[in-house]
Amino acid sequence: MSDLYLVFKNLTRAKLRLFLTLFATFIAFMVYALLTAFQSFLNSGVDLAADDRLVVLNKINFTQPLPIAYVNRVRALENVIDVVHLNWFGGYYQDPQKMVVTMAVDPESFLRVFNEYVMPETEKAAWVKNRQGLIVGKKAAELYGWQVGDRIPLNSNIFSQTDGRTDWDFDIVSIYTGEDEQTDTTSLYFHYDYFNETQSFGRGMIGWMGVRTDDPGNNEKVISSIDSLFQNTQYETESMPEAVFNKAFIEQIGNIGLIISSVVLAAFFIILVIVGNSMVLAIRERTREIGVMKTLGFRSPRIFRMVLAESLLIALIGGLLGLAAARGIIYMLSQSSTPIPTLIIDQSIVLKAVGIMIVMGLVTGIIPAINALRLNIITSFSRT
Amino acid sequence: MSDDVLYKLTNVTKSFVKGKEKITVFDNLNMEIERGDFLAIMGPSGSGKTTLLNMLGGVDQPTSGEVTFDGGRVDTLSEGQLAGWRANNIGFIFQFYNLMPMLNAARNVELPLLLTKLKSKERKRNVAAALELVSLADRAGHKPGEMSGGQQQRVAIARALVSDPKLLLCDEPTGDLDRETADEILGILQLLNTKFNKTIVMVTHDPRAAEFAKRTLHLDKGEFVEKELVT
Ligand SMILES: Nc1ncnc2c1ncn2[C@@H]1O[C@H](COP(=O)(O)OP(=O)(O)OP(=O)(O)O)[C@@H](O)[C@H]1O
Ligand SMILES: [Mg+2]
Repeated sequence: MSDLYLVFKNLTRAKLRLFLTLFATFIAFMVYALLTAFQSFLNSGVDLAADDRLVVLNKINFTQPLPIAYVNRVRALENVIDVVHLNWFGGYYQDPQKMVVTMAVDPESFLRVFNEYVMPETEKAAWVKNRQGLIVGKKAAELYGWQVGDRIPLNSNIFSQTDGRTDWDFDIVSIYTGEDEQTDTTSLYFHYDYFNETQSFGRGMIGWMGVRTDDPGNNEKVISSIDSLFQNTQYETESMPEAVFNKAFIEQIGNIGLIISSVVLAAFFIILVIVGNSMVLAIRERTREIGVMKTLGFRSPRIFRMVLAESLLIALIGGLLGLAAARGIIYMLSQSSTPIPTLIIDQSIVLKAVGIMIVMGLVTGIIPAINALRLNIITSFSRT
Repeated sequence: MSDDVLYKLTNVTKSFVKGKEKITVFDNLNMEIERGDFLAIMGPSGSGKTTLLNMLGGVDQPTSGEVTFDGGRVDTLSEGQLAGWRANNIGFIFQFYNLMPMLNAARNVELPLLLTKLKSKERKRNVAAALELVSLADRAGHKPGEMSGGQQQRVAIARALVSDPKLLLCDEPTGDLDRETADEILGILQLLNTKFNKTIVMVTHDPRAAEFAKRTLHLDKGEFVEKELVT
């Protein structure tokens, strides 16, 4: 028998109370892990954005098109290394309810500008050569069971072909992976030429441009030269660094960071009250026993530590179970047939969560621990 | 001080301050307890029996006076030192047993040994011996809630014994038990005194319990008196 055994026996003596406090802690940390993983996913667009990449949009808003002629004019500017243009295809595969992010691009410049997508050189070459070639992110491929060599139809909910069909046929030439674990691999890319020649309206227009500069230090210069180049034309542009664009895109959904922080804070506050209160009650019920332990010769600081250990155990067991459950949920979501982004509970989230668990454990245990520390033997016996 | 004297109280005063009121329980109390004694302390309610026992057990300190145990001063010890001193020297037996409800009998008995340097194996051996002594070896795995009052008190005696203290202090150890069970418990205490030479101080209201002791002191209003006042 050791002190830890006593702590454990005390912890487990009231099963219902243990269950409720563990459950409260469990839920709070599960929510915490899921929300922070989601937040980190949202921020990954900003974190993973290339410093030397700009986004050039129609100034009105990003759903308005730009003329394809802009591409070469931007490419001719000083400090610009490369330009790629992208069109939103509004794609889906079989089920109109399930959107697949699909974009029409110029493959050669796409591969130069977006070098975070990893695929064999031979497949890159095959894509450039094949007008109906499609590259598919690993997650999308896993979701739909696609293989290199498959020929698949994709529908658009925006465009139609000249003959009225809304579906295009593609050859899957590569399944790309990401340079980083959080790099998006749910998207599909195909030839702009194939799209432009077959679709029935808005020919010769592009959605937006990705621009690579020779140095992030020149970003501002390039931005102003692009935007002034097209000033007072029918299609004015608004350029910005990719990170700024991604951030603005996230913020369109609302101030998610604040919402997440408030939810997490509320959850933690609630368990602080629940667990803290239940610890105070538990220790008060044990007044006489603590008096007996002290009478036998257990020193007050040792009893203080045992009480703190008990609240720490609740926080750690409940919290770690919560983290495990969050991981399980993310795994199950990744196996389900919805194109969910890669949520990752990485080491930094786990470490932070464990830090919070320790703080919670200490905070919820400190009052009863001090009560136990101060408990006078004689009054402990007369109180019951 | 003779070598035979285990405990000596000299001019001990004890008072409690409650708000503005000051209750003096003992005023210049003197007392000696010899090694191997089995002393019963009797007296009316409020006469100071528990207060005396608390001081003897080192859970309460006198307001003034000198307390010497086994040749060393006790009244000058700090709270932390007193805790260690209690663990080494005193075994406590309470009226309401005061066992840990979540621990089985063996673990309850083992509790004081967590305050010693004994290894797990030695602790187990001592626990088994102590339980054997109170004839509860077959109940080692039972929790207090699964035992009768008498059995629980026997576990409590085993717990008080297991670290081999020099003095056993019992505050009405049979106050909650029926006659027959009480006699059983008192028999064990007597055996500990006669066979194992344990020094015992027992507070009791019960004259028949006092008969098991070697001598009886009567306390009244904080003073030892010759004979119990007949009530
Ligand atoms: N912690 C305390 N604070 C104030 N007064 C106390 C305290 N403990 C004891 N007293 C007072 O000291 C006196 C002696 O009390 P004590 O408990 O020692 O009596 P007792 O002989 O054990 O009585 P009983 O037979 O009822 O157990 C009583 O008047 C009691 O009110
Ligand atoms: Mg009393």
